[in-house]
Amino acid sequence: MSKLQVSLYRYNPETDSAPFMQEFQIDTQGRDLMVLDVLHLAKEQDNGLAYRRSCREGVCGSDGMNMNGKNGLACITPLSEVVKGNKLTLRPLPGLPVIRDLVVDMGLFYKQYERIQPYLQNDEPAPAIERLQSPEERDKLDGLYECILCACCSTACPSFWWNPDKFVGPAGLLQAYRFLADSRDGATSERLAELEDPFSVFRCRGIMNCVAVCPKGLNPTRAIGKIREMLLADAT
Amino acid sequence: MVTNITNLGRSGLSDWLLQRVSAVILALYSLFIVGFLLFNPGLDYAAWSGLFAQTWMRIFSLLAFISLAAHAWVGLWTVTTDYLKPTGIRIGTQLIIILAIFVFLVWGITVLWGA
Repeated sequence: MSKLQVSLYRYNPETDSAPFMQEFQIDTQGRDLMVLDVLHLAKEQDNGLAYRRSCREGVCGSDGMNMNGKNGLACITPLSEVVKGNKLTLRPLPGLPVIRDLVVDMGLFYKQYERIQPYLQNDEPAPAIERLQSPEERDKLDGLYECILCACCSTACPSFWWNPDKFVGPAGLLQAYRFLADSRDGATSERLAELEDPFSVFRCRGIMNCVAVCPKGLNPTRAIGKIREMLLADAT
Repeated sequence: MVTNITNLGRSGLSDWLLQRVSAVILALYSLFIVGFLLFNPGLDYAAWSGLFAQTWMRIFSLLAFISLAAHAWVGLWTVTTDYLKPTGIRIGTQLIIILAIFVFLVWGITVLWGA
């Protein structure tokens, strides 16, 4: 049984002058492992290897990375889905500064998330028990609230690569629409006013890499279209 | 909110709407011109000149030129903000683009209403 050829992006800013690719031979014993398991096996060979991981079941969003050219979560991506010709190349999420090996600085991603004020805003006095929604109102949040902020979508988006400081990015915009669509939120017009400039929403060019890579099967492009519709309805 | 002063409409929403409306007008104009050429195989100067002598064709053409100017401004402004990071080079390129669009538009009008 031939071993899996794994090529890993390595960079330690304290010792390396430039990033480089390191080759590993991983014995999978013929099993269809998850990519995260392969990383554990590589770490047994070189325990200086750094990557983020936590829940190992696609819930926490820590181990987003670029696997054979496509972003995804290493913990829920089986080798049979990504490996081509017995080769696996793992790189950090593109477009964000690398801290070390597969660990990226998510600062810009979180800054854009913070900008859309991802929390319910409501000035009405709170009812005695809770703010109720009809089943139809609740249905509008499906496909929006499930986002785990793994950053696979935003770091696959060329518009986010070129303007990560100005374009909110697919992940942030999916959440922006999650609060715009929420019947309990009262800050709709303030939220829309923050988004009507040429960058925040409108830098989206409908490339749809976000939809192609989302490990949760969500559709940020559709949410961005809905935000545009709301902006248009508000301003015409 | 991100501030911008060199884009056409000063607002992403208005730029976006202009881009789409102008695209529809340009598509209609292109289809019309292609259709006209197809239905007039032996096209001579008199027929071509006769087409542009009519007022409706001049209005349609001017509408298409203005659409092209708006479309180019919005589109090329976006390209410069994506790829040109040094401020001086970006503003310089934007000004050249806007001036060129202005010159082409006025030139187009003189061609339409000239001799």
